[in-house]
Amino acid sequence: MSTTDIQAENTELSRLRWQCRRGMLELDLFLQDFLDKAYSNLPPKQQQTFERLLETPDQMLLDYLMGRVIPYDKEIADVAKQIRLAAGPET
Amino acid sequence: MNIPIRKFDALVIGAGGGGLRSALQLSQADANVAVVSKVFPTRSHTVAAQGGMNAALANVLPDSWHWHMYDTIKGSDYLGDQDAIEYMCRAASHLVIELEHQGVPFSRLDNGKIYQRPFGGQSQNFGGEQAARTCAAADRTGHAILHALYQQNIKAKTHFFDEFFAVDLIKDESGFVLGALVYEIETGEPLIIEAKTTLIATGGAGQLFRTNTNAKINTGDGLAMALRAGIPLQDMEFFQFHPTGIAGRGMLITEGARGEGGYLVNKDGERFMERYAPHAKDLASRDVVSRSIATEVREGRGCGPNGDHVMLKLDHLGEDVLDKRLPGICETSRTFLHIDPVEESIPVFPTAHYTMGGIPTDRYGQVVVPVDTGEEAIPGLYAVGECACVSVHGANRLGGNSLLDIVVFGRAAGNHIIKHLKANRYHRAIDDASIEQAMAHLHRWDKKGDGESVPQLKDELQTVMEQNCSVFRTQDVLQECLNQVLQIESRLQNVRLKDHSKVFNTARIEAMELENLVDIAVATVTSALNREESRGAHSRIDFPDRDDKKWLKHSLYYKEGRRLEYKPVRLKPMTVDTFPPKERVY
Repeated sequence: MSTTDIQAENTELSRLRWQCRRGMLELDLFLQDFLDKAYSNLPPKQQQTFERLLETPDQMLLDYLMGRVIPYDKEIADVAKQIRLAAGPET
Repeated sequence: MNIPIRKFDALVIGAGGGGLRSALQLSQADANVAVVSKVFPTRSHTVAAQGGMNAALANVLPDSWHWHMYDTIKGSDYLGDQDAIEYMCRAASHLVIELEHQGVPFSRLDNGKIYQRPFGGQSQNFGGEQAARTCAAADRTGHAILHALYQQNIKAKTHFFDEFFAVDLIKDESGFVLGALVYEIETGEPLIIEAKTTLIATGGAGQLFRTNTNAKINTGDGLAMALRAGIPLQDMEFFQFHPTGIAGRGMLITEGARGEGGYLVNKDGERFMERYAPHAKDLASRDVVSRSIATEVREGRGCGPNGDHVMLKLDHLGEDVLDKRLPGICETSRTFLHIDPVEESIPVFPTAHYTMGGIPTDRYGQVVVPVDTGEEAIPGLYAVGECACVSVHGANRLGGNSLLDIVVFGRAAGNHIIKHLKANRYHRAIDDASIEQAMAHLHRWDKKGDGESVPQLKDELQTVMEQNCSVFRTQDVLQECLNQVLQIESRLQNVRLKDHSKVFNTARIEAMELENLVDIAVATVTSALNREESRGAHSRIDFPDRDDKKWLKHSLYYKEGRRLEYKPVRLKPMTVDTFPPKERVY
């Protein structure tokens, strides 16, 4: 990867990191942990789905991530489940 | 300096409920309004408020705004200003109905009226039977209010600057506040938003403490901006804690867990509340439970590798009870700790929840500072919500009063700004020195080289504040805390960023947030160290009683010289008789 590519990727991660800043503590923990630990290993298609998921309003997003509501969109549902399973104690 | 400038009638910094309610009032009056928010507006922390909003509608049980006023004053441990409290409680019913007309779907009773639930601290007839005063939109009242206000603002053509971080206030030579220097997170470019009035509505500072219930955005940016502009912060020693949050992570574990028979144990497995409160044990009042947990940890009986928490034991209640009566706790614990409360105990520590102190304002939302024997408004500057100190919450906030606070004073500030705009029709000339100062503050983070890291220093700050300035406060502990926080303040000068890119440089934002937290930490510890009494949320082990003779007054902390001044509590309501301080018994 060229330096420019790496810079672009870092910028993209920073942009996403800011989108993971939410109005609720639980969402901050879910999303920031996932971004740090798992996002980079996702296939590009799921990375895009993650980005789509971030457009969900906070309360609905919390319902998705806690598993209280299963999103109709199967791709979103799959990523939401991955985020829930990746959440855990501080390391 | 060649910095782009945008001009508006009013600048609102912060897009939570307080900021949006003000902006709506202004836009509906045809003012040209800019709202600056570091995150997308509907991701503001108001979205997390679940409980509801108090108003004496009397839909379920008899009620009156006057009883609500009494409860709020008593809850404030008599530190609340009685004129502002009367104003808020009188306005409450009208504003709930107004919110409904703006699109907030409040839950209903079978008879079609708005449902109201009972909350702690609510009484009928000045301390009598329990009242039912809290209006709620299911368990997502804050979310409903925030979204309704955002949509109303879009309709009213409020101009939003999403993902812009406010750096510093801009003034003129005679002290008028004329807007702010803001920083566009996406591009890394500065922008001056020039305005005839500026309103700060940036919320609280829960991130001061390691264990807190707040979103990560709650770094008290507006509080620190006010301090840097020479404005004092009022009553910063009063910070509301809940006794049991998940240690290190912060989420609240409801008191219902202990109500159902859960109890706290230390590292020796001892049920220690029996020692501190032989009768009430784990159901003792919040402050007693909080202090007991902190004492166990301080005296070396904490659990975990760092001995920094105690355990909440629930497994003896059995799976049925836990899943039926405490499903939320089970869900949170299983998800975020991988601990099943059916089998294992949950690590807990007191969790910081609400900043009672803030930027001193009158009941019109105008920021006021002491002058000679009275006080004077800073021309063009307003503050509302958790970052402001009106003061309706005094030394402790009642549940259901924070959503009310933001809506009532958001509207009041909007109305006052409209009047101000009529009397001040033209923009005033900005003082270049003020812009240069703000830009120097922004450029401070351009320094390159090796130095300390922001996350490391933030961790240290939060840990020091949690250990020494949360619920266990004595002269020695607070003095030690102040020394440590001042060391962190001086080390902040050695922080260097590794990333100097412009686009979405979140490291820079986090550095500025840390800088804000450090200023607020110094304010909090200094105010707590000086207040030698226990009142509301401020509990001093070496001064266990409330002392009205010496301390029935508001603290005002100035950054310059770390100076403290005091001003009297406003005991005179607008129209009714005063509620004189009495012992607070529930």
